[in-house]
Amino acid sequence: MTTGTAVCPGCVATPVDAARPILEDVQIALSLPGIHCSACIASVERALNAHPGVEDARVNLTLKRAMIKAAPDTRATDLIPLLEQAGYEAHELDPGALSATQSDKAGRDLLMRLAVAGFASMNVMLLSVSVWSGASDATRDMFHWISAAIALPAIAFSAQPFFANAWSALRVRRLNMDVPIVLAILLALVTSLWETALSGEHAYFDAALTLTFFLLAGRYLDYRTRAVARSAAEELTALEVPRAIRVVDGVEQEVAVSELKAGDLILVRPGGRMPVDGDIVSGQSELDRSLLTGETLPVFAQQGLAVSSGEVNLTGPLTIRATAVGEDTSLHRMADLVAIAESGRSRYTSLADKAAKLYAPGVHILSALSFLGWYLYSGDLRTALNIAAAVLIITCPCALGLAVPAVTTAASGRLFRSGMLIKDATALERLAEVDTVVFDKTGTLTSGTPELTNLGEHTRADLAVALALAEASSHPLSVALAQAARDAGIKPVSLRDVAEVPGYGTEAIYRDQPVRLGRAAWVGGADGDQTTAWLAIGSQAPTRFTFTDSLRPGAVEAVAGFRAAGKEVILISGDTEGAVRALAERLGIENWTAQALPQDKAARVQALGARGCKVLMVGDGLNDTAALTAAHVSISPASALDAARVASDIVLLGNDLSPIAEACDTAVKATKRIRENFRIATVYNVIAVPLAVAGLATPLIAALAMSTSSITVSLNALRLR
Amino acid sequence: MEVLAYLIPISLLLGGVGLVAFIYTVRSNQYDDPDGDAQRILSDEWDDKPKP
Repeated sequence: MTTGTAVCPGCVATPVDAARPILEDVQIALSLPGIHCSACIASVERALNAHPGVEDARVNLTLKRAMIKAAPDTRATDLIPLLEQAGYEAHELDPGALSATQSDKAGRDLLMRLAVAGFASMNVMLLSVSVWSGASDATRDMFHWISAAIALPAIAFSAQPFFANAWSALRVRRLNMDVPIVLAILLALVTSLWETALSGEHAYFDAALTLTFFLLAGRYLDYRTRAVARSAAEELTALEVPRAIRVVDGVEQEVAVSELKAGDLILVRPGGRMPVDGDIVSGQSELDRSLLTGETLPVFAQQGLAVSSGEVNLTGPLTIRATAVGEDTSLHRMADLVAIAESGRSRYTSLADKAAKLYAPGVHILSALSFLGWYLYSGDLRTALNIAAAVLIITCPCALGLAVPAVTTAASGRLFRSGMLIKDATALERLAEVDTVVFDKTGTLTSGTPELTNLGEHTRADLAVALALAEASSHPLSVALAQAARDAGIKPVSLRDVAEVPGYGTEAIYRDQPVRLGRAAWVGGADGDQTTAWLAIGSQAPTRFTFTDSLRPGAVEAVAGFRAAGKEVILISGDTEGAVRALAERLGIENWTAQALPQDKAARVQALGARGCKVLMVGDGLNDTAALTAAHVSISPASALDAARVASDIVLLGNDLSPIAEACDTAVKATKRIRENFRIATVYNVIAVPLAVAGLATPLIAALAMSTSSITVSLNALRLR
Repeated sequence: MEVLAYLIPISLLLGGVGLVAFIYTVRSNQYDDPDGDAQRILSDEWDDKPKP
């Protein structure tokens, strides 16, 4: 790109815009939720490639995403209309937040090791089968030597993740599941080599390789589950492209939020979110602070008011002067509160870790004892070492290594299909233990969109005027009022001189009388603690429209589901008492708290935890982040602030809340399956270990037992799907 | 038993070919978009391989 400019004579004369960073090629990423077939791929790529600024566009159907290589001055906002014309919904993604744009290296690395272990174990197994079916003397020795030649390099390559993990645990003098694995693999290789050199009968090359293969399969499953969740979570983050409009000498320019500095003038359009903390310099509007404080009542905003990043501008354009950017903003200050909550949370030990804690020392002691016993009994080092290796291989946690990942993969897959994203590896196990559920109100149990409550109190004539006024504005209350009036079959009257006054409301002339719809103070009404809009027609006394926050779909079912399951449901909100009481009564929640500050919420959750309750926190706002972190397990909806989603273990992708109660059931079932799998693995050990200790185990028995137990465990996990 | 002298190298070679082919497919990003690739073979437009 940059080298070509000097060749073109026209470009040399063009002054280079110094302010714009010179980029090789801009990568634009678009999310395309609606694509599903080959025709979609073709028409999307055709539409994108037709744009002169696009050098190359490629659709990824699996991720439902388009990656575009484009000239530096091409913007996603130029491309999205092209796709909408072609009939596809498109959203801009922030390529910086997508690490999956490069093929992920760790996953590919594991897959490669898995493949090598798989191919090597198949080849060695082929040779071993010939040995088991009667090859003897020189033939057997040759087969063993060939097996060794395959197994040694294959294990040196594929088992590296286990070596690394075992070493890092041993270095800090701890035992993890990988220590016995590595010991078993190495001991099997050493004794088998020794046996082969002495023309012995038994070699465990096949066992060492199959072991590596099954364990790598478990690791890969585990990795895939987390990679899918991570990529979906990344997509949510990337959908909020961090851009702002900076005003320099009256000229508006679009810049990345990270480039903003304190003192910059920033324009925030209606519907936009404050990118930084600042003071309002000009403009009038209303601010929605619900994500920060939980209050549903919009705040009137005019010159001089301090705003915090994360607040949403509702009606008029505002120009703010940045006072704090990036790390200094109130969004980031909340992170301190989260850090405090985090330090108070007891670290959860996963079921797999608990099993490993019992298992690893047990196996080592058992194997050492059989070595000592046989050495004292027979006085033969070779026999004793052989039997110790057989014990280690037989007890090796093949089934244990698959027991947890196979179940979590099946359960996460099932929950993902019903719209829940499991971000944390142990979230399912923790969710299964929950006995208390704490809900936030605004944005969690309610959808954050208002709903008219007193339509019946108004005359049809009044409603017709109100509808006409409401239709002229995009304020959330106007939209709700217009929707409710239209649903009731009201037709709008015709008005003259309609004008929206940002921050106040809408006014117009109706039959030579002035009419107004808007804030109480502006229209002449009295403010209460409810969300209201007032309508004044001429000199008549103003009438009141009251609103309540509409319930999120599935909220009733979710609360009822938890109560039916015998869990305690608590509502803690930062909103006013009246609004919280109304909602609590509607949902039948007896235990509620209003006007809670962020630290109150976290303290309440911690107090519950200290009493021994396992708390599930469901919340979406910045004021919930500390409580989300303090809770035993936490869920946030996809509409939540990024900070809240990061703090929670599970993200709810859809709009519906009802999958939450169902997720608890799935989690309980999944933990049951994990325990069952541990039991299956134990039963198999109880049968096979005495054989190994008695010196009766052959490589054939080891191979059979290992495969059957691994397959049983995986099939048991699949029952959950 | 002389036949083993041919059969064993042949079986190892065939296994090796499979392994090399698999490694090649992983290295050339052929598992990045399995759904898309399944649909693209139905498209008339010429499409050589996944872009790096």
